[in-house]
Amino acid sequence: MKVLVAVKRVVDYNVNIRVLGDNTGVDLNNVKMSVNPFDEIAIEEAVRLKEAGTAEEVIVVSVGASACQEQIRTALALGADRGILVETEEEVQPLAIAKVLKAIVDKEQAQIIITGKQAIDGDNSQTGQMLAALAGLSQATFASELQVGDGTATVTREVDAGLETITVKLPTIITTDLRLNEPRYASLPNIMKAKKKTIDTFTPEDLGVDVTPTVKTLKVTPPSARQAGIIVESVEELVDKLKNEAKVIS
Amino acid sequence: MSILVVAEHDNSSVKASALVAIAAAQAIGGDIEVLIAGAGCAAAGETAAKVAGVNKVLVADNDAYSHDLAENIAALIVEIGSNYSHILSATTASGKNFMPRVAALLDVAQISDISGVVSEDTFERPIYAGNAIATVQSTDSIKVLTVRGTAFDPAAADGGSATIENLDIAKDEGLSSWDKEEIAELERPELTAASIIISGGRGMQNGENFALLESVADKLGAAIGASRAAVDAGFVPNDMQVGQTGKIVAPDLYIAVGISGAIQHLAGMKDSKVIVAINKDEDAPIFQVADYGLVADLFKAVPELDALL
Ligand SMILES: Cc1cc2nc3c(=O)[nH]c(=O)nc-3n(C[C@H](O)[C@H](O)[C@H](O)COP(=O)(O)OP(=O)(O)OC[C@H]3O[C@@H](n4cnc5c(N)ncnc54)[C@H](O)[C@@H]3O)c2cc1C
Repeated sequence: MKVLVAVKRVVDYNVNIRVLGDNTGVDLNNVKMSVNPFDEIAIEEAVRLKEAGTAEEVIVVSVGASACQEQIRTALALGADRGILVETEEEVQPLAIAKVLKAIVDKEQAQIIITGKQAIDGDNSQTGQMLAALAGLSQATFASELQVGDGTATVTREVDAGLETITVKLPTIITTDLRLNEPRYASLPNIMKAKKKTIDTFTPEDLGVDVTPTVKTLKVTPPSARQAGIIVESVEELVDKLKNEAKVIS
Repeated sequence: MSILVVAEHDNSSVKASALVAIAAAQAIGGDIEVLIAGAGCAAAGETAAKVAGVNKVLVADNDAYSHDLAENIAALIVEIGSNYSHILSATTASGKNFMPRVAALLDVAQISDISGVVSEDTFERPIYAGNAIATVQSTDSIKVLTVRGTAFDPAAADGGSATIENLDIAKDEGLSSWDKEEIAELERPELTAASIIISGGRGMQNGENFALLESVADKLGAAIGASRAAVDAGFVPNDMQVGQTGKIVAPDLYIAVGISGAIQHLAGMKDSKVIVAINKDEDAPIFQVADYGLVADLFKAVPELDALL
């Protein structure tokens, strides 16, 4: 079977985010960009399915500017077989990304689609679920364990109270939580090999998808800053402050 | 304008997160209807009818909705959804699972995790792990929103007298089934509802050492949380994780023990009223957000704290 992995190019998780002075967004100039960490987990899971003989081919897709090629190459170096870039310089919102991905899923007839449970820029947590809805497929979000069976997959999910296990019919969309696996690092030979793998490029128009956003960002502001407090010298002083100054314990 | 709030419940009562979603609906303004979907959930419907400000409660009591399977719940909501200007739920694991599915089936955007209502079509929401707040405006005919649990004061659980309507809609999409769950027994308050939280990080070294925090928690009536590092290392279960990708909390008092204060952790707790940090590294970033910092070895400081309470 084919496994499709959707990856997003995002600001690296180690970067300190700075809001622009004119409140139009955050500063993306000369900022390190990476594969969304949850999508790295998605790539790893797909590659493991191939190594286990469950998947024949792992296809990685990204939607965005041409620079997304870098993240596709990263995925190829980690073991994906080929890439698809759906290129647009426009802002693409989750519903539009889901529509683009649906077109790719239809084209490739993938049985398992894996993506991160959220991207760490917008923190939306929507794309996988929306893709499942549009494709009329099952979904298993926030996965921490995946077992593929005959026509089904059994998935353990991280929920508010702990863990739950569900069985979904294939084809299915899985979104990854942090503990699904620990992604590998790309080796130098694999990075070299990845340079020769194909990346096909389409535009949203090629796929018949209108990506015009319906949500407009009016402004972006910094959160209300917290003042650093004081350093106490002892546990006695701490307890005293909590009782008599902050009055949060009695 | 008519607003639908999809309420999470445990069959007998509605969850606190649902009361927060109802409060957000009140901030938008309009008639508020609450959907209770489940199997054997009539009692939850009755408690929802008592919530202040609710006009009508819709109860969909059917086996198809017993375990919050996203495919079935979304199909139900979409069936009734076009009657509303807004559809809301809390930003919980369950709401996050089915709401985007609802939005896509209605061919509208979802605005995730709103932290403020500016007007009926304009909302604030945190992005980049809470390091920026975006004000966004939707042009969609139906606004699908999830609501941050710490952002609104919950609606009063009493004082309302809504009418109750039973919905005879069975939507079993047959795409998924529920097998089992591993749910930790709660001996302490739930993280998202607790007024005091004490959390441990990698500095705790192992799961057994969390007993130190438990003893303090019992004296304070506190819930226990953890950093991702502590969960990943297997010290404690995933439901205790606080942060960008765990639970978002804002208690009156948050005590971070052996936690460095990575932005992803801060994203989940920096709206707490009072923050205490106990860390042996005086340069740990957690001290930059702490009201009271104690530079100390936790294995000495926490037992001392325990003894003084
Ligand atoms: C995509 C993504 C999502 C993430 N989501 C989350 C999330 O939701 N929540 C989260 O918490 N993290 C999250 N993280 C991880 C985050 O980046 C940090 O790695 C994590 O928070 C670190 O946990 P920690 O502070 O316990 O461990 P460390 O950073 O290792 O800090 C341990 C601290 O303990 C102190 N210490 C050690 N021994 C003692 C002692 N004896 N006495 C006193 N102090 C001691 C040390 O000085 C140190 O400051 C995420 C990361 C990524 C990439």
